[in-house]
This record gives sequence, structure tokens and C-alpha cells, in this order.
Amino acid sequence: MLTLNQIHKTFYANTPDERRAISDLSQTLNEGDFVTIIGSNGAGKSTLLNLLAGTLLPDAGDIHLNNQNLTPLPEEKRAKWIGRVFQNPMAGTAPNMTIEENMMISLGRTQKRSLFRGMTKKKREQFKEHLSTLEIGLENRLNTKVGLLSGGERQALSLLMATFTEPQILLLDEHTAALDPSKQELILSLTRELVEKHSLTTIMVTHQMEQAIDFGNRLWMMDEGKIIFEAEDEEKDKLTVPDLLSAFQEIRGTKMANDRALLAK
Amino acid sequence: MITSLYGALETGLIYAIMALGVYISFRILDFPDLTVDGSFVTGGGVAAISIIGGVDPIVATLLGFVAGFLVGCITGLLHTKGNINPLLAGIIMMIGLYSVNLRIMGQANLSLLNEITLFSQLKGIFESLSLDAVFFAPYEWLGLSAYAPRSFYAIVMMLLVVLIVKKSLDIFLQTETGLALRATGDNQTMVRSFSANTNVYIILGIGLANALVALSGALVVQYNGFADVNLGVGMIVVGLASVIIGEVLFGKKTIVRTTLAVICGAIVYRAIYAMALRVDFLEASDMKLITALIVVAALVIPNMLQKSSEKRQFKRSQKALAKVERQKGEVQIVNAKSNS
Repeated sequence: MLTLNQIHKTFYANTPDERRAISDLSQTLNEGDFVTIIGSNGAGKSTLLNLLAGTLLPDAGDIHLNNQNLTPLPEEKRAKWIGRVFQNPMAGTAPNMTIEENMMISLGRTQKRSLFRGMTKKKREQFKEHLSTLEIGLENRLNTKVGLLSGGERQALSLLMATFTEPQILLLDEHTAALDPSKQELILSLTRELVEKHSLTTIMVTHQMEQAIDFGNRLWMMDEGKIIFEAEDEEKDKLTVPDLLSAFQEIRGTKMANDRALLAK
Repeated sequence: MITSLYGALETGLIYAIMALGVYISFRILDFPDLTVDGSFVTGGGVAAISIIGGVDPIVATLLGFVAGFLVGCITGLLHTKGNINPLLAGIIMMIGLYSVNLRIMGQANLSLLNEITLFSQLKGIFESLSLDAVFFAPYEWLGLSAYAPRSFYAIVMMLLVVLIVKKSLDIFLQTETGLALRATGDNQTMVRSFSANTNVYIILGIGLANALVALSGALVVQYNGFADVNLGVGMIVVGLASVIIGEVLFGKKTIVRTTLAVICGAIVYRAIYAMALRVDFLEASDMKLITALIVVAALVIPNMLQKSSEKRQFKRSQKALAKVERQKGEVQIVNAKSNS
């Protein structure tokens, strides 16, 4: 359903700082796929997500979703089909607005925003129901300003807001990296739950190899703008962290030295 | 003294609409929009020239509102499509509008004293129905007739207009579009990721803000009975002062509360202004300085109060700690004594 066709992206082209973020990347995703992407800093993982979301435009190549060409569409048009959760818990919610108001805005992702009062009793009940699945008590705090929530709570809310309107593609950009370990656990289990519940096609970038192995049915390892290793289904199920490390060494011939992927085990 | 406070209430209510506009740009969109100094006169100028041209005052006032909206949209376009910094976009518009306003008005000063304005119309209605007597009654009943204002029509009308504007703004800010507008000022990344074009909302919001400012200008011109091309100088600071005073004095917990606070802030500002004018050694030309000082005070004092209350809290807790320590020590001494 999602096809990437020979995508190229170079930053600061024709200067001494030139950096090839993505080079000649082609991939196809099927409906219901859950892809995890790992790779060291600067491998092009976030660039890839930004290209999909429309924050960046590719230098060459095109992106199709269900036979529709996404490439020329700006971010806000693509957002109709694409849900995102950012690394920074502050990025996905509006701090000076209440929880229910934030939920209303996420509802506008799929529908045109009208000049009517958005909030109805029915919607409030819906929101409560969705919030209660998070099991962190947000359903009783609909009128709390989001700025007063903790980072973990905000990220859980962001995740819910990105998923409950059932986007065709869900992009998770290291969405647990800024949280402490216990909150990471929470967000990860919520991710699993919500993705399964809405059967979303998901792409998750992570720095932690274990997460990448735990989650999803496909795994891409990226380096220097290319997917250098990929595993699917049974092959992926058998993968272990040492496997991944040795695969990387085999291909690149270098140690993934001094890398967060290693530090995070 | 009392009469000047009634005057402050009347003008305060008119300028409250301008303050609500400034609230939209400054607070909701987080866009320091200096267009206000120009769009205020644009609204006034359009209304004045329309009234002189024989247009019905209500229509003329609405024309001012629309003119302000268009002007604001241009500022928004300069910022979003032209990538010009908000402050600079506002300054550019402010400078450019000075000439535009002169063109609209044809001369630097227009008199409306012999024209039919909203206020003169309403005054006529009040007199023909002798409604003033109704409002005077409570004063007479309380034996306070000496303190009653000369006439009520301006206060009653402005109260109505301001309440309508406030209510519609409150409702608008709760609609789906209004929510997206507020979120645009709060977190643009997030709003874009939820399929809203932030540029559109910025243009719309700045347009709406300047529409309210121009509406206020159109009413001020009719209230004063003249339009002047320099009427808008320093208007942005007045608006900001009203917003800040209102938020500090009356709170900003919810939107409904904040819009009310902004209106009250505008009235309080006018009251302070009226009092300052009555101080002997001050002259009318000192008012700009006083306005500037009011804004500085409104910005600095709340911060200082908070800091000093934090300090006091800290000292208090330190004292309490010391007391606990002392008591512990005494208990130990007593224990030691009883043991020995």
C-alpha cells in the first residue's frame, strides 16, 4: 500500500558539508505491516520519516500511498492519512489547551474543521472511552490543561491522539527516547495495544535493538542513507541482538563503536 | 471626578474591542502584531468617510470591520507567505497604512460632528423614548442623583456591543476552527501533524484581530465626532496594557474568563488614565509616557510579587526548619537530663 520509489535526499548539496541522508531507497509496505528501523545517529532514519510525513521533500523519487502520489503534497494534506508521534513529548500536544480540546484537534485530522462547536456530549463520552484505555486516569481530567501533565502522560496522550482516528500509516519517531525507563515501558505497551486494536500500518524508529526485535513483523537496519539489512516475519522472529551486531559488522566491516544502539544494549 | 470615571467606562468599553483584537494576536496566536496602530485608523477612516458619504452608520461601522480584516490578512500573508518576521511585518504594515489611511480619508482630519453617527442615532432613540429616566431612577431612589452620569446611551450601547463581541468570540474560539486557531498559537508542529494548514489559521487569526481593532476604531471615531490620521499612534501599547492588566487583575483560567478580564482591563486602564489626567503637574502630552509606564508596571509588578512571595515562602520554611531543629535539640537535652 505504501511504496517508496528510488528516494534520494542530500543535505547541503555542493558544499563541503554535503551529507547524503537517503540514497536510492526503494521499499514497499503492505497493509498491517509494522516496521522497526534501527541505525546509528545520522543513518537517515528520521530523514526517512520526515520524507514520509512531508516535512522534507525528496531530491528525487516518489512516494505512493494506495496508488496516490504523495510526493507533491504538503505536510498538512498528507496528515489526513498519516499519524505521527514525535520524540519530544512536548511536540505532539498543545500545552495551553485542555485534554478534550487536544482530542478535538486530533479529530480534525480526518474531517474538515467546521464553524460549529466541536464538543458534544457524545464526543466527550467517546474521548473518555478512548482515554480510559490508557489506564492512567486521564479520562477524569478532560478539562486539565495538557501543559500540567507529566512527560509520560503527554506522550501517552500524543500516542492516543495519533492513533484513535485510525490513520493509514503511523509514524513513531523514537517516541520513547525522552522518557525514563518505567514510562518507556508504559508507552511501549500502549503502542503495542493501540496498533493492534486499530490494526495500523506502522513505522517505528528506535535506537534500542531489543525494541526493534520485540516489535513488529519487519526490521530495517539503516546506515548512511541505505537499508543495509532487513528481516521479515520468521526470519525476524529468530533475530537476537548479537545477530544484528554481527550482521552490521559483516556488511560494514566496522564496529558500531560509541553508538547509542550499543549503549542501550 | 465621578463624571470622568463614567467617561472612562464609556471609552474603556469602546477600546475593549481593540484590546480583544490584541488579545487574539498577542496571546492566542503569540504573534506580536504592530499592524494595530494602522488598522485602528483604517477602521475609523473607512467608517468616517462612509458616514460622510451618506452610508448608514451601522453599515459604515461594519465596513470598517471588514477593512480591518483585509489589512490583517495582508500582515498574515507577509508573515506566512513572505517569511517576514512578525514584528517586522507589523511595522511595515503600520508605516504603509499611514499613507493608505490618508488616502482613504483624503485629509488628516475629518469631522463627524454634523453627521448622523451610531451614537447620535442612539442618543435620539434614548431621548424620544426618554429611556434615560429609567436609568436615572435608581440613582434618585438612592439619593445619589448628583453622581449619575449625564446620559446613559453610550454606556448601554457599548455594553451591548462589547458583550455581543465577547460572546461571539468565546463561541468562535470553541468551534473546531477556533480550536485549531488556538492550537496554532500553541504548537504549530502539532497542528500541522493533525492536518491543519497553520498559514491559513495565522492569516485568519491576524485578520480577525485587526477586524476587531478596526471595529473599535470605527466606534471611537463616531464617539469622538472626528477622525484623525494620528489616532492610532501607540494603540498597540494601550491594547497590550489592557490585556496584561486584565489578566493580572481578573485571571486567565479559561477563555471565557480571559476575554472578560481583557474587557475589564481596558476599562481599568481608562480609569487609571483618567485619574492620571487629573493630576495637576501632568499634561495631556505626558499620556504616552504614562501609558508606557503602566505597561512596564503591569509587566514587572506581577513577576516581582511572585518572586517575593516565593522568597517569603522560602524564609518561612527555613524558619520552621530551624524551629524544628531547635526543638529537637531541646528534647535531646531534656532526655539527657532525665537519663542522668
